[in-house]
Amino acid sequence: MGHRCAVIGVGQTHYTTKRRDVSIAGLVREAALRALEDAGLTFRDIDAVVIGKAPDLFEGVMMPEAYLADALGAAGKPMMRVHTAGSVGGSTALVGASLIQGGVHDRVLVVAFEKQSESNATWALSTHLPFNASLVVGAGGYFAPHIREYMRRTGAPGHIGTLVAVKDRRNALRNPYAHLRIPAIDRAMVESTPMLWEPIRYLETCPSSDGACAMVLSSETALAGGGTPAWIHGAAMRSEPIFRAGRDTVNPQAGKDCAADVYRQAGITDPRRQIDVAEVYVPFSWYEPMWLENLGFAAEGEGWKLTESGATALDGDIPWNPSGGVLSSNPIGASGLIRFAEAALQVRGTAGEHQVDGARLALGHAYGGGAQFFAMWIVGREKP
Amino acid sequence: MRDVAIVAFAQTRHTGHDTGLSEPELILPVINEVKDRTGLRRFGFTCSGSCDYLAGAPFSFVSALDALGAWPPISESHVEMDGAWALYEAWVRLQHGDVDSALVYGFGKSSLGDLRTIMTLQLDPYYLAPLGLDQLSLAALQAAALGADQAELDDIVRRSRADGLANPYAPDPPAEIPDGFAVEPLRTCDIAPITDGAAAVVLAAGDLATRLCERPAHIRGIAHRIEPHYPGMRDLARSASAAEAARAAGAGKGPIDVAELHAQFAHEELILRRALELPGGTVVNPSGGPLAANPVMATGLIRLGEAARRIHDGTASRTVGHAASGPCLQHNLVTVLEA
Repeated sequence: MGHRCAVIGVGQTHYTTKRRDVSIAGLVREAALRALEDAGLTFRDIDAVVIGKAPDLFEGVMMPEAYLADALGAAGKPMMRVHTAGSVGGSTALVGASLIQGGVHDRVLVVAFEKQSESNATWALSTHLPFNASLVVGAGGYFAPHIREYMRRTGAPGHIGTLVAVKDRRNALRNPYAHLRIPAIDRAMVESTPMLWEPIRYLETCPSSDGACAMVLSSETALAGGGTPAWIHGAAMRSEPIFRAGRDTVNPQAGKDCAADVYRQAGITDPRRQIDVAEVYVPFSWYEPMWLENLGFAAEGEGWKLTESGATALDGDIPWNPSGGVLSSNPIGASGLIRFAEAALQVRGTAGEHQVDGARLALGHAYGGGAQFFAMWIVGREKP
Repeated sequence: MRDVAIVAFAQTRHTGHDTGLSEPELILPVINEVKDRTGLRRFGFTCSGSCDYLAGAPFSFVSALDALGAWPPISESHVEMDGAWALYEAWVRLQHGDVDSALVYGFGKSSLGDLRTIMTLQLDPYYLAPLGLDQLSLAALQAAALGADQAELDDIVRRSRADGLANPYAPDPPAEIPDGFAVEPLRTCDIAPITDGAAAVVLAAGDLATRLCERPAHIRGIAHRIEPHYPGMRDLARSASAAEAARAAGAGKGPIDVAELHAQFAHEELILRRALELPGGTVVNPSGGPLAANPVMATGLIRLGEAARRIHDGTASRTVGHAASGPCLQHNLVTVLEA
């Protein structure tokens, strides 16, 4: 893992359907300035900038790091642009951390964003390769069959997805940055919403958000800000081919391998007991039980029982997505970085009303593509 | 820093037209070539560079994993940048010390769309893109700012053409050097051609490098810098970011036998030679450079690969590979390689 690296600043914008008041540059700068303020630093103190976002076609700006260099104080410095599909926010944090772990820099600013109001993400995600018949509309159209297969394999009852949709939206009420804030949310409300992609109902999907998230990462010798650093205990990426015959899209090997790698680095043998809180990329409610199994928090076929028991609620023994998660805020390119940042906020003890008491070890997770790209980290209150 | 070397480099026989190959089909042969040359089937880290806008579809890099045969799953990342920056990310990853090898590739088919207007979408969408400046108009602005001597530009064009003809990977140039201006003062002959292609590189750390390659090209320095986006905020006749990257990479610490420069327009070579303070004896772009073959998103990686190849084959002992990104050389990367 190389040199030690810690999160010393986190900044987020409020996530919302349309940020008409800011340009793309204004949006990323808002998050960056908040992260710098949290770390007690200015752009001058930053050695390099890493920016991530999902496909450029979402905003219609090709390779936007060129345009955003000025707004992020990167002129005269190294700047990189990461793109690993939906996992990109997580990958952006890892590429930034790598610069410190590799001993190249002491302080790196990582930023990820999406301004989805500039286009229609569902159509942008409905990729039609030449000479391929595509029957899929949007990410929901792609993932719904995988969810149905999960239900068939495990015999999970149909209301499990509803439980996650309600739990994450209740958590969002405690997060001032969350996009969807629905005080009256309950099972009846979720079940009353239209079926979009069987079995995914409208309120079981993530919103389409404008927003940005930023973090200041530091080496051990350049710590600043006086707050508690969130130390990286493990970091890993894994990818597998989308068209490989025989790949298990419900419980992908790349996800299992990525988790095993970060757990090994962090010395975790029993994630359910040893990890205090997890921020996991759940864009459709059913992905909570599916990832509970993929990440080893529950045995295969048992994830839905953990969700049903309330273990993943804010007052459960292993809270998942206390921030409200992707189901409550989804600027796609930033969603992974938000998971990583929320994990850091928890172990720094600065998560506010959605703080998990005494959180010392947290998992940040992101996935993308056809459930084939994975990025994860484990952050902790103690130095590794 | 940990000693990391380029131990293998492969590129496609680039074409000036779409041959009908998909991106995975384009990259598969070069991936196989560097695998065969090193004998490695698995790598500690893999990183690639490409651009969705060339393919006109989101996630154009995703299916590339099928060409890699990424099974069991691999540790992998992607930059929406030239493959040279993927090499940089892989070099950083090898500094951690826990893995010893990395596969890097870059690919692009600029024949599929109108590259000149596609590049306009890289500009600030509020203040610059609406002006409709295409890639050639911006390059012409820079050429005008430089005000280069016509004879110097002619030399670059003729030399690149001759070297390109001798380079089996570069497509054949038109029979005659074209006449006339594209956008005055930028001449048609000053412009890199539309090219499809891909390239792959293998990096190895420490002892592994010498086991895989007789003469590894050791990375003695690698650095990159970006500058303000707005052309009006820069002195377009110079490249401050290329100069700073060269200083940070230590380019000037010794003689430079060969420099492969990512100059997509003849005048850019003059700007870069000055920024890198290349000595008079340095051979520039012996491959023909981007003026001979310019597979966008692989062109920069090919410069690093070509610079390494001169060390692999024993014709040079210290070389520089350069890559650029952004309008008017906004972003520059410099690598110093030694035998």
